[in-house]
Amino acid sequence: MRATCRPRVRETPEPMIELTEVTKRFRGTRAPAVDHLTLTITDGEVVVLVGPSGCGKTTTLKMINRLIEPTSGTISIDGVDVTGLEPHELRRGIGYVIQQIGLFPHRTVRENIATVPRLLGWEQARVERRVRELAEITDLGADMLDRYPSELSGGQRQRVGVARALAADPPILLMDEPFGAVDPIVRAKLQDELLELQRRLHKTIVLVTHDIDEAIRLGDRVAILSVGGHLEQYAPPEELLRAPANDFVADFLGSDRGIKRLSLIRIADIDLEPGPVVPPGTDVERARAVMAEYDTDWVAVVEGDRMLGWVTDDRLDGRSTIDGVDLEPFLTRLTPDDTLEEALDAAISSHTAIAAVFDDERFLGMITVERISREIVR
Amino acid sequence: MIAQVADQPFVRWDWIVDHVDDIWAATWEHIVLTAIAVGVGFVISLALSMLALRHRRTYGPITWVTGILYTIPSLALFAFLVPITGLTTLTAEIGLVSYTLLILIRNIVAGIDGVPASVRESAVGMGYTRRRLFLEIELPLALPVIVAGIRIAAVTTIGLVTITALIGKGGLGFLILRGLNLFYSPVGTTQIVVGTVMSVLLAVAVDLSLVGAERAMTPWARSRHR
Repeated sequence: MRATCRPRVRETPEPMIELTEVTKRFRGTRAPAVDHLTLTITDGEVVVLVGPSGCGKTTTLKMINRLIEPTSGTISIDGVDVTGLEPHELRRGIGYVIQQIGLFPHRTVRENIATVPRLLGWEQARVERRVRELAEITDLGADMLDRYPSELSGGQRQRVGVARALAADPPILLMDEPFGAVDPIVRAKLQDELLELQRRLHKTIVLVTHDIDEAIRLGDRVAILSVGGHLEQYAPPEELLRAPANDFVADFLGSDRGIKRLSLIRIADIDLEPGPVVPPGTDVERARAVMAEYDTDWVAVVEGDRMLGWVTDDRLDGRSTIDGVDLEPFLTRLTPDDTLEEALDAAISSHTAIAAVFDDERFLGMITVERISREIVR
Repeated sequence: MIAQVADQPFVRWDWIVDHVDDIWAATWEHIVLTAIAVGVGFVISLALSMLALRHRRTYGPITWVTGILYTIPSLALFAFLVPITGLTTLTAEIGLVSYTLLILIRNIVAGIDGVPASVRESAVGMGYTRRRLFLEIELPLALPVIVAGIRIAAVTTIGLVTITALIGKGGLGFLILRGLNLFYSPVGTTQIVVGTVMSVLLAVAVDLSLVGAERAMTPWARSRHR
C-alpha cells in the first residue's frame, strides 16, 4: 500500500511511523550517527526531534523518506516497510520542508506549489484548483502566484515551501528546521500558522529543530536526542518539563523550565480558588475576616457568579456592611483558555497580586501567584 | 609595387555587387560548418558532462584529454587528419568539434554544480527521479552558465572555420584564402576584407542572438531585483 492511499479516517490513533532499532553509521566514521533508535509516531500528532548538533536528528528524519538509508533496523509507515517502496514513489506521498526551503528559482510560486501533483500526473484543472486552495490555506495572496521565489520575502518563501509540501495532501509532513532561516518575529508567526494549519489538517508531522522553545511550542510529543542518536526522553512537553528523565534532559531544557512549563498549562487545567470574595450585604466585620484569611487589603463582591467589583479595606471604615461603597472593576480578566504564564503576568502586574478568571461574564474564581508557583514545583 | 598598390582602390565595390551570390554561399557554408561543430560538440559535451557529474573521478581525465585537444594547433590537427579522412567536411568538423569540447564541458559541469544543494535536496525529497531532476531542474538552472559556454564556443568556432579553407572548406575563409592567393590585387584585398568583415559580423550576430535566446529562456533571472 502506498502512503498516499491510506484511509483518512481512523477511530483510534494508531502508530503511523515506527522506527525499530534503527542505526545509521556513515562510511568512514566509527561512532554511529544514530544508535538503535526506537520511536513510534502516532497518526495525527506533531513529534519534534530536538537535540544538540550531532545528535542525529536530521539523519533520523531523512531516513523516514529514505534520503538516507539506515545501516540496520526497520522503518515502517502504516505497517509497511519503507524499504519495500521505490524511493521516489515513497517521497511523493510524504511532504518535505527544509530550512533553506529549496524553492525552484526558475519556477513561479504557482509552479512550485504544483510540483508533486505534476509528478503524480494530475490533470491541469485539478492542479490549478489545488494550487488556489493551498494559496488560501497558507495565506498567500493570489497575486503572489505568478511571482518567482526571488521576489518573495523570507516568510513568504517559507509559506510557499509549506504549501508545496502539502500540495498532494500527504498524510505525513517532514520538516527539517523549517523556521531556522527567518528572524524571530516571523518565526513566531510561522509557528502559530503551522499550529493553526495542523488544527485544520491533522497531519502527522515530524519536525527537527535545535531550539527547545520551538519544540515545546509545537510538539505534541518531543524526542530529546543526545549526541550519537541516543533517545534520552520521549514525552509530551509538559511532562518533559515537569519530570525530566535525567540530567542531560534537564540541562537541555534549561534552568527556566519551570517558567516554560507555565506556558503549557491552561487555567482550565487547574483548580481555581474563590479568592477574597463576599456576597452583597456582608457586614464589614466578616469582610475583614475574609481579607485576613487571604492576607489582602481588599475584598471582591460577588453575587451568584456575577463579579460586581472590588474595594480596599480603608474605604470600609465607618460602615456596617459593604453595600453602598463604590466598587472598582477588575481590569485584567483572564479566561480559562489563557496559560498560567499569562496568569502569572497578570497577577504580578496587578495591584491586587491576584488575577480574576472569567468565562465571558461568569466569574470562575481567582488565581494567585502562590497558586501558580505551587503548579511549578508540583 | 607598393606604390602601385596604393594607387589602386583597396575595396572594389563593383566586385562585391557582382559576387553577392558567392559571398552569400560562403557565408551560408560558414554558418553550417559552425552550427554542426557547436551542435555535435554540445551533444558530445553533454554526454561527457553527465558521465563526469555521475562519476566524479572521470572529470579529471575528461578535462585532461579535451584540454590537450584544445591546445593542438589547428593547422597541425588538419595536416594530421587529411591522410586519414581526406579533404572532407568530416575532417573539418573533427577539428572544429574538438575545440568546442573543453569549453562546453567545463561550463556544463560548472553550471550544474552551481545549482543550490537545497534545491536539489528538496527536489529529491519530493520524489524527483534522477532523470527528471537533471532535465527539469538542474539543466534549466544551469542554462545561463551553459549558454555562456556556447557563446564562447560559437564565436571561437566562427573564427576557426576560416582555417578549414586550407582543406578546401572554409566558408568565408575560402574568400580570404583566395584573396591571399591573388596577392595584393584589388580583387584580392576586396575578398580578404569581405571575408573578414562578414566573419566578424557573423560572430557578433550569433553572440547577440544567443544572449537574446538566454534571456528569453530564463525569465526568472530577470525579475530578481524588481
